[in-house]
Amino acid sequence: MRPPHGDTLGSGRRLGIPEFDHPAVGRPIVRATGLGRRFGGRPVLSGVDLEVAAGDFFVLTGPNGSGKTTLLRLLVGLLAPTAGTLEVHAERRSVGFLGHEPLLYRELTAVENLDLYGRLYRIPERRERIGMLLERFGLWDARAEVTATFSRGMLQRLALCRALLHDPELLLLDEPFSALDAEGAELLDAELAAHGARTIVVASHQPERVAALATGRLALT
Amino acid sequence: MTAAALLVAGLGLALFWAPEDADQGISQKIFYVHVPVALTAYAAFFWAAWKALRLLWKGGDRYDLESYTAVHMGVIFGVLTLVTGSIWAKVSWGHWWVWSERQLTLFLILFLFYSAYFMLRYSTDPGPRRARTSAVYSLFGVVLIPVSFMAIRLAEGLIHPVVFKRDGPDMDGTMFLTFCVCLAAMLALAGALYLLELSGKRADANLKELRERLA
Amino acid sequence: MSGYFADVAALARKDLLVELRTRDTVPAMLLFVVSALVVFHFALPEESSRLAASGMLWIALLFTALLALGRAFVGERDQGTIDGLILAPCDRSAIWLGKTLSVLAFLLFAEAVALPAFALFYESVTWELVAGLALANIGIASVGTLFGAMAAAARARELLLPLLFLPVAIPLIVGGLGATVSDDPGRYLAFLGLYDLIFAILSWASFEYVVTE
Repeated sequence: MRPPHGDTLGSGRRLGIPEFDHPAVGRPIVRATGLGRRFGGRPVLSGVDLEVAAGDFFVLTGPNGSGKTTLLRLLVGLLAPTAGTLEVHAERRSVGFLGHEPLLYRELTAVENLDLYGRLYRIPERRERIGMLLERFGLWDARAEVTATFSRGMLQRLALCRALLHDPELLLLDEPFSALDAEGAELLDAELAAHGARTIVVASHQPERVAALATGRLALT
Repeated sequence: MTAAALLVAGLGLALFWAPEDADQGISQKIFYVHVPVALTAYAAFFWAAWKALRLLWKGGDRYDLESYTAVHMGVIFGVLTLVTGSIWAKVSWGHWWVWSERQLTLFLILFLFYSAYFMLRYSTDPGPRRARTSAVYSLFGVVLIPVSFMAIRLAEGLIHPVVFKRDGPDMDGTMFLTFCVCLAAMLALAGALYLLELSGKRADANLKELRERLA
Repeated sequence: MSGYFADVAALARKDLLVELRTRDTVPAMLLFVVSALVVFHFALPEESSRLAASGMLWIALLFTALLALGRAFVGERDQGTIDGLILAPCDRSAIWLGKTLSVLAFLLFAEAVALPAFALFYESVTWELVAGLALANIGIASVGTLFGAMAAAARARELLLPLLFLPVAIPLIVGGLGATVSDDPGRYLAFLGLYDLIFAILSWASFEYVVTE
């Protein structure tokens, strides 16, 4: 299937859309010391130390229930730590997140969902960027369908579009491959392989897929 | 704490020592309990709101416990206000409840409001969010006090004809002194209970944390 | 600054669009308010005054509002979309304002049906009633949206919101009813305006603390 505008990574540049400035590779973008989070009385995470530099590809591993999701939600700012310190040197407008939920409105179409986020993130040339991402992830034909009709794989692909929409400096992904179909998984592989200066933190309980790209790891128990 | 006990004893003195008011007789003595209790309840709610503000400003468990305990005190003394006010109404006019009693109506609204505070805390999972949400709610409570009072005054002209009116007693020297002693006693009592409950809660929290560390 | 209002507009538009597609809330509100007015007919004794009928209208509208407020954040929380909004770089208070505006819109729809029904069943609608309603709507939507967010994060959420909201709504009822039936509606309208000012600002400023973890 050939999407109308061609499908090359970084095609934003091809369409004349300026990519956001990425920070110099190597400076620390996330630093956590003794990070902990408890729910009620229960500590789900404790004593976590990690450092992620700009441009790193960081992999979080661990069995289910080890706190990977909690750690990611702490890093992205959806949870506040209850112990330890956390520094994230990236503004909200330059952080992208793909969690367990697609964070999409079922009653809105794919385009409407992305348009909302596009407006909130103040993306320049919003329509073009949305179109480009939808094509890249094979959703162009379904763009005017409400997401309630999407399959799980399509939802995950659209969620990925949402996470990449504002070309974030720091991209956090929680088990991204678990809900993706084969086509989506290939597209994500390509995206991750070409992450360039973008910092990636991936949580996965099956890290083999991304192991080759990893520049840093943390195994939670 | 011993100071509180002493002052509470002072309360007992005041009841028997101060002269009876000419109009209302012995029932007027309840005034010495009712009004200080009401003022103490207000003080507790304002204290809670202050701690809530500190929590939102700085964050941390400490202010949450303090704010929560203060609200608890406020509700206890609020209930006492309602009860003593009701007794006073019964003794004065023969009715257990009189809508035209503005203070009483205000306390009823506050009682409902702050009871909902406990429902809110009970239904929300413990954590920074519950602390902040409770703090915001207690701030609303304190703002509600003057607003409700205004509303009650406005409502009087509207709904319930003002049937019973009670003027505050004109207090002479001894009465005023008695009143002040009682007020101080109530505040000290509230303070003592507050500190007691707070230390109890803190001990609980520490115990819990220790248990987890060991587990 | 214009970015802030652009965010608010985008968020309000989103809510209205969702409601347009699902038609969950507004039809239920319309049906509820008319049913309530009918029930009140059977609950009001023969010689009821104009006061009683007006009072009933205000109660009906208050509980109709609770329907909308109860739903305001539940969907966002259940679907997790509230996280998407919190992650966005927009001011959290913009989320509150967008939601409040959409709740206001729903209230207006409900009242567009309730007022004619009231005029039909009971008595005519005066401009003072409409003015009081307009002002009270702002107060209800402002505080209700904030409390709705608080309740949505809790367990017994459908039960919790009315408990949290009703005490704070009492001054609104007083103001609204006063504007409708008293000889001096100006006083009551001014009071409603004051309530709106105080509580809208308070809600606007404190939303951030209530919606973030």
